[in-house]
Amino acid sequence: MQEHTVKAFDDDIVRLRGLIAEMGGRAESAIERAMVALTQHDLDAASTIVAEDKRIDELEVAVETLAVQIIALRAPLADDLREVVAALKIAAVIERIGDYAKNIAKRVPLIGRHHQIEALSVLPAMAQLASEMLHDVLDAFAARDWEAAVEVNQRDRAVDDFYNSVFRTLLTFMMENPATIGEAAHLLFVAKNLERIGDHATNVAEMVYFAAQGKHMAERDRNDDLAEV
Amino acid sequence: MTDNSLNELAAHQRAQTPRPKMTARGVSVFYGQKQAIKNVSIDVDMDNVTAFIGPSGCGKSTFLRTLNRMNDTIGNARVDGEIRLDGENIYAPEMDVVQLRARVGMVFQKPNPFPKSIYENVAYGPRIHGLAGGKAELDGIVEKSLRRAGLWEEVKDRLSDSGTALSGGQQQRLCIARAIAVDPEVILMDEPASALDPIATAKIEELIHELRGRYAIVIVTHNMQQAARVSQRTAFFHLGELIEYGVTSELFTNPRQERTKDYITGRYG
Repeated sequence: MQEHTVKAFDDDIVRLRGLIAEMGGRAESAIERAMVALTQHDLDAASTIVAEDKRIDELEVAVETLAVQIIALRAPLADDLREVVAALKIAAVIERIGDYAKNIAKRVPLIGRHHQIEALSVLPAMAQLASEMLHDVLDAFAARDWEAAVEVNQRDRAVDDFYNSVFRTLLTFMMENPATIGEAAHLLFVAKNLERIGDHATNVAEMVYFAAQGKHMAERDRNDDLAEV
Repeated sequence: MTDNSLNELAAHQRAQTPRPKMTARGVSVFYGQKQAIKNVSIDVDMDNVTAFIGPSGCGKSTFLRTLNRMNDTIGNARVDGEIRLDGENIYAPEMDVVQLRARVGMVFQKPNPFPKSIYENVAYGPRIHGLAGGKAELDGIVEKSLRRAGLWEEVKDRLSDSGTALSGGQQQRLCIARAIAVDPEVILMDEPASALDPIATAKIEELIHELRGRYAIVIVTHNMQQAARVSQRTAFFHLGELIEYGVTSELFTNPRQERTKDYITGRYG
């Protein structure tokens, strides 16, 4: 893309993209580390993840500040304007994803070391799908690649399927052995958080599409939320 | 739905389905050998403000001046193609150019009041066009025109002061009052606020908003934010060609043409 005549405008846009990329990278890493902490019952790692979420919140504030500054000082138009608006909304979504990762980390002490619950073994795979969606959709944002965004959207179906299956498994567990209800309920929340992360990645995909194309994603390309509850 | 959003919807629909007041078809303008306008066809809508934007030398002012035959005053200028006002060919031999310029008024970049009183600046046009039957009627036209131009309250007690003694913004509104006084159908504005401070500019923009619907308005501006603020339709000119013409809100958020996008986002040249 051709540069702006006012070079400082390009610098601002590069900074804005850099902040979004850093937020995304931190959220992605928080999801992955939270799952490791959960499966290994690593309480120290879990409390680090909770503490580090503050940095994601700070980055969201930095994105807001810079976006407002760009709007006020540069009066962006057309694709520039759409990108700034998309960055604002995407930052809010990533902040929320960070909160879900933090919420998973907070449950680590509440789920015992010697668990017998089979569902726990599939959650890391589900988490990987969700965090890959986030990773790829942010790549799509950086590249203004609307086709990649549509592709990410379609992947949410798999995350929803995972969730529905985990839900049924946990329900069976709880009925068979009421002693597991406490841990199983926490695991259910973990699964729900991962399912929501997938949904949020599709929201980001819709913003990427809007920024690149100047129109909203067609209904058929959007994600129908297939999570049962 | 709120009144506001209904109004916006109605404005949007008006912008989508224009009622053409002036139509240009295949218009080219030559200054000697040099072609300044290349085969431009465009409709100027009655109910919407039309903005012409584009870099210096793109032909937007030249094209504006073809709409009331101001280019006739330039010796070697030649206009090809057809421009109609309510279906009437304004370049037809029987067209009375003085009459045309009363119907299609013009406001220039630099306020240019006559070196006469405020009253005379406004009264001059109606008097020579024989629009007023007597002193009382002329007084009425002067007051009405100054009111519509948003200047009456500021000057009503000093109508005999010289027009050139007013501030720049007031002078420009006086020139708008002068254009309004002969009861035009179309008002052309060539960079009407570029010599004014932000407050005077805002008053002119508010005035354009109030005059919309009563007159068809075309404004040439270098200030894209101004075009975005005052117009409902925007035409982008580049190197004498009309590149894109559409609903302002769409042109500034999602232009169809690459050249329009590069210009409005500041990537031009």
